[in-house]
Amino acid sequence: MSSEEKTLTARGLRVEFGLPGGRVARAVDGVDLDVAPGEIVALAGESGCGKTTLARTLLGLEKATGGTVAFDGVPLRYSTRALKAYRRQVQLVLQDPSGALNPRHTVYDAVAEGLRIHGITDDEPGRVADALSRAGLRPPEQFFLAYPHELSGGQRQRVVIAGALVLEPSILVADEPVASLDASVRGEILSLLLRLKEEQGLGALVITHDLGLAWSIADRIAIMYLGRIVEQGPVEQVLTAPRHPYTRALVSVLPASPVLREAVAEPIVLAGELPDASKIPGGCRFRPRCQEVASGNALPVLHQCTGEDLKVLGPEADSHQVACHLDRSLHGDARIGV
Amino acid sequence: MTLLEFKDLRVTYTGSRGRLPALRGVDLTVEAGRTLGIAGESGCGKSTLAMAVLRLLPKTAEVSGEILLDGEDLLAMGWGRLRAVRWTGASIVFQGAMHSLNAVHRIGRQVAEPILVHEKGTTPAQAAKRAEALLERVGLPASRMRSYPHELSGGQRQRVMIAMALACDPQLVIADEATTALDVMVQAQVLQLISGLVTERGVGLMMISHDLSVLSSVCDEAAVMYAGRVVERGPAHEVFANARHPYSAALGAAFPVIGDPAARKNPGGLAGDPPDPVRLPEGCSFRPRCAVAVERCGEDSPELLEVGPKRVSACFVAQEGMPVVL
Repeated sequence: MSSEEKTLTARGLRVEFGLPGGRVARAVDGVDLDVAPGEIVALAGESGCGKTTLARTLLGLEKATGGTVAFDGVPLRYSTRALKAYRRQVQLVLQDPSGALNPRHTVYDAVAEGLRIHGITDDEPGRVADALSRAGLRPPEQFFLAYPHELSGGQRQRVVIAGALVLEPSILVADEPVASLDASVRGEILSLLLRLKEEQGLGALVITHDLGLAWSIADRIAIMYLGRIVEQGPVEQVLTAPRHPYTRALVSVLPASPVLREAVAEPIVLAGELPDASKIPGGCRFRPRCQEVASGNALPVLHQCTGEDLKVLGPEADSHQVACHLDRSLHGDARIGV
Repeated sequence: MTLLEFKDLRVTYTGSRGRLPALRGVDLTVEAGRTLGIAGESGCGKSTLAMAVLRLLPKTAEVSGEILLDGEDLLAMGWGRLRAVRWTGASIVFQGAMHSLNAVHRIGRQVAEPILVHEKGTTPAQAAKRAEALLERVGLPASRMRSYPHELSGGQRQRVMIAMALACDPQLVIADEATTALDVMVQAQVLQLISGLVTERGVGLMMISHDLSVLSSVCDEAAVMYAGRVVERGPAHEVFANARHPYSAALGAAFPVIGDPAARKNPGGLAGDPPDPVRLPEGCSFRPRCAVAVERCGEDSPELLEVGPKRVSACFVAQEGMPVVL
């Protein structure tokens, strides 16, 4: 268990869903992850890689099949009361502010809702005003009686964030916080998340399929593939010197990526799509799509790629870790990192 | 060869709040075998532009100017001729394939339908064969003919939409945010496919997106729109890398280049919202959000003028040769 205070931790986390025909989808298949106050961690991967399931499990919306979720060293329990207490510390920020706000509730009601659910009655207007101004809606009183349709897209997303901040959580979990927003509003919301971290020491786990977002705000990044984290480490290292073939492919197809121009002559466009989570390949789960296997570069370690499972990457914050047999044969043990 | 040409296109909607100018004089051309990218925020008029080509705008929209497809004015066309032009002359790939495909019909039938409707004398068997070939061309196995839309992933559905758009061999394809909702890798697959079709078959492509970085990697030329007007035009990678209008610069900065130290922990963006089309500001419509505005910007509305080789910009500051970013 991490000794750090107020840290959200996952250890050996697994989430499985039963499918018709007795098949089992392993949506999250062994994940270790830490999110501490004062840091932004990006969790990136394609649709279907399990990143949203992982987020829901960290919030207690989904029960883990195996492993633990803990906050501040205390394992998460699923009684209504325990969950309520937990969610005062770990709050969700939804994507798509137009869907997350009730069009018939004023901004004040939208933000105060969390307080009412948690039975916090002292100084409600003061707390709402404080949350709104922390989310950059100033002066807050001017927004109390506004309805969502009277606000801009950026302001609406700020109201959603204020609704999370009003309970004074330590950690925010944001699922694609800017995916539905316009290019110009996107920067506004990302700057807000960055400021909340820097000025108020908030921690955040940002789930996204957008690596540019990680470059804009995150300290660390974890790349998820088919239920596992396959590469993680400081953003600068993972995105400018990616080592896992999957991360290398992802970075190479980004428009105008300088990494592409220097390190790879051609963008690596992987064929096919993410396999079904009920049919995770044995050995290395990325092998069927791996460009190193296809090109023969991985030949010396191919027996490991096909037959030997990779270790779950540890949660050590500062090391660059890669779950790849080829990388291990070139760089030594993945856990040694940097 | 010029395939599509917009000449002083103006579109005005009439709503409960009065007249709403969506396009305020747009001049653009698309060449055969070339790709033109159109970038801008929601409400800048870029989708109106796409809809205007196939005359899919609501009846209340007032349209003036000319849209020439291969020299023929689409706005003056009779309905019979227009029907023939849709699909065979020009076709659109919309965003959100989920909603554009019919949920209760098999993929094969939906791809074959435009062929059966538009090419008289085609038998259903021939159309099915063509549909199969189209699916294969977009990288889907022929067995997918029998699938329903819900059985496909988002990327596969978007490929089906592209296959449909190509069904009648159009000269012009318009892709309206066709890859926006897709994952990076699937987006790369679809973009590669689209670019291949442009070079192989010489179709003209007009690609609409809010992501200038995607346009810069796929398109030859890019036009940036703001409040119903083109504010900058030029070679796509140059518009992205070295904008000559402050709005293009802000739009480009919203999607950082990974590895760029200036963008690290410094999300770019643009405060404020696009102007209300009913009450456009005096002078340059971008002035209220502009960091480099000068006095003249509040008085006159800038025209699109040359600011470099093949570059035009509607910004007084750029036209003076001054930098457009602080």
